[in-house]
Amino acid sequence: MDLKLTPEQQSFRDEVRVWLGANMPRDWTARVMASADVPRPEAYLLLRDWQRKLHQAGFIGLTWPKEYGGRGLTFMEEVILHEEMALAKAPPVLNILGVGMAGPTIIAYGTEEQKRRYPPKILSGDDIWCQGYSEPNAGSDLASLQTRAVKDGEHFVINGQKVWTSLAHVADWMMLLARTDPDAPRHKGITYFLLDMRAPGVTVKPLRQLTGDAEFNEVFFDNVRVPESQVLGGVNNGWGVGMTTLMYERFALGFGLQVRLRIGLDGLIEMARRLEKHGASITKSPVMRQKIAQLWIDTECLKYTGARAITRLLKGDLPGPEASTGKMGWVDTHQRLQELAMEMQGPYSQLMKGTEWAVEGGLWQYTFLRSRANSIEGGTTEIQKNIIGERVLGLPKG
Amino acid sequence: MDFGFSEEQELLRSTARKFFENECASELVRTMMATPEGTTPEFWAKLAEQGWLGLIFPEAYGGVGLGFVDVVVLMEEMGRASMPGPYFSTVLLGGLAILEAGSEAQKKEWLPKIAAGEAKVALAWTEPSARWDAQGVTLAASASTGGFTLTGTKLFILDAHLADAVVVAARTAQGPSPEEGVSLFLVPRATKGLEVKLLPTMDQTRKLCEVTLTGVSVPAAALLGEKGKGWAPLARVVERATVALCAEMCGGAQRVLDMTTEYAKIRVAFGKPIGAYQGVKHRAADMLVEVENAKSITYYAGWAVDESAPDAALAVSMAKAYVSDAYRRVSAGGIQLHGGIGFTWEHDLHLYFKRAKSSEFTFGDATYHRERVAQLINL
Repeated sequence: MDLKLTPEQQSFRDEVRVWLGANMPRDWTARVMASADVPRPEAYLLLRDWQRKLHQAGFIGLTWPKEYGGRGLTFMEEVILHEEMALAKAPPVLNILGVGMAGPTIIAYGTEEQKRRYPPKILSGDDIWCQGYSEPNAGSDLASLQTRAVKDGEHFVINGQKVWTSLAHVADWMMLLARTDPDAPRHKGITYFLLDMRAPGVTVKPLRQLTGDAEFNEVFFDNVRVPESQVLGGVNNGWGVGMTTLMYERFALGFGLQVRLRIGLDGLIEMARRLEKHGASITKSPVMRQKIAQLWIDTECLKYTGARAITRLLKGDLPGPEASTGKMGWVDTHQRLQELAMEMQGPYSQLMKGTEWAVEGGLWQYTFLRSRANSIEGGTTEIQKNIIGERVLGLPKG
Repeated sequence: MDFGFSEEQELLRSTARKFFENECASELVRTMMATPEGTTPEFWAKLAEQGWLGLIFPEAYGGVGLGFVDVVVLMEEMGRASMPGPYFSTVLLGGLAILEAGSEAQKKEWLPKIAAGEAKVALAWTEPSARWDAQGVTLAASASTGGFTLTGTKLFILDAHLADAVVVAARTAQGPSPEEGVSLFLVPRATKGLEVKLLPTMDQTRKLCEVTLTGVSVPAAALLGEKGKGWAPLARVVERATVALCAEMCGGAQRVLDMTTEYAKIRVAFGKPIGAYQGVKHRAADMLVEVENAKSITYYAGWAVDESAPDAALAVSMAKAYVSDAYRRVSAGGIQLHGGIGFTWEHDLHLYFKRAKSSEFTFGDATYHRERVAQLINL
């Protein structure tokens, strides 16, 4: 056990630190001070530029193979990058679904032509990706999805609907799961498509969520023709390919999530120092001190549990039980953090952006509301617990 | 970065697990915990044979010279077995205090004997005030001809009734800060005026004592370390012992989770194994998350004290806060998911549930350590 960095890792850290010092968008912190874990519409252009800059500096796709535009580094460098970005309060990576999920899945399952075509533009942020998995009647029970793809010559014709699709309104491409064989057992008749969002028949309808923003979408497919060359990993083989994506999601988003949690916690502590409640500084209240300390501890636990998972990964071992706990732990900690931000503000927590009485410009109100989705998106907490119970502990299926 | 265990450490783990399964099975735990000693001479000799009584002492003092990450591994396995007896008190409190604060002569005299299983040493630190800070040390040590006279009461002292000597934290002066003026004394158990009373405890695998000193005369040579400067070494001992305790708690929590998972697979209700029901499955998943996080933060604390990392004190408090809550909840969850059988004396769960409780209140509970975390992060 040695948590110190090697000289090479240390110099990579220095490289990142120096670069961030010189290149951070100056107005970012002021615009999104709280832990905005998903880009808000007004930040979209800024984020697109930001990813471009990161890419030009060689900081996107660190773990990807060199021949597909990556740097062939280990997860350790990825962790260092994310930590440094957190320390610098840097904006997130916009094309996270592309970099974290679509790209690695294409590299794992794609034809050589597919591997040459898609990954470079994912890294540069020229192609933004979204994920077409969930449907109105297939959320947690994903295998019951009904969007159909019917073979017609050298094309498949897609009809159906996806929902809760983040970034679809700005995305160029979609990772699409559709049913190609309705007679096969549920998991066997699904195919994974790479879908051009500009293809005729694709309609994106923003879905206004309880935050008031429209960050999710409904996506409708009306006789959308997809060439065969855009099937990934073989016809009727989509379930396995899709699950690989989810595995990458766990690892890739995992680091990012932990980092955003740290940014949020630092912001919360800064706020606690500034605010008074009942005539005394919040940091003087023993109850508040307990709650903040617990969040600090939980955040550190997530970090070190992540470090154990990474260590196994670096040593080439299979993921252990620790690898499956991150999402749940993060959700629970982040939702408590946001609740505590509201508690600290007291009656002021009711005030939204648009009045000077709102604390810190009303940013926490958005992140608080947004955090409610955390235990639903990317696999509900209930599904996570089923997975841990069945796959890690070996308990029988219900 | 490597946040895993070495091959040697994995070997220590598998050796220890096998050893405790064979030599410290539940029947023996129950037999030993029912006696005042909490151990047997034969079992103690076997621990010495394994080298575990001298695990952290340098080879020059008859030990093996390993670090705290190794201690973490061994303690996890001891916790898994719910091992009773004075290992923790002798090696990680009394022994470590001598190693940390003692003179060369004191170390040469005591550490090889401890490592060989020939001597036991307790640490008498806390008092009826149950304070964990320096202000809690009030037992008076007044200068007398050629030495000191000690008078006062120590409480919650682990295994003092078995000890050949007791390290006593006493106050030799009222300094400008409570940390100044604390001195450590190495007092042979047979010294006149030193009385030890064994107390009935909820966790029978932990033996707590009241130690009363009434005009106990000791020579100046009984001082362990420098006069008036005993708080710093004492705090270092407690910091590291706390890591060891956390590791022991992790091992116990993992064992409870294992027992509970196995039971949920075979116990049938309403025509299905109870583990198929989400009410059971989800609580088991919650337990797993807590066990894994508890290990992660404990491993980090073990590494941090070994390396004297700048945030070692913070790491230790984070670990004790998290693990105290986790072991309590996991062991309670284990009883709940077992149902009635989990509430019986016959089932081993209560050994772990009670150990969780005694460990929770040793060296400060979660509330105490969260406040320490708040201070250490400059809140």
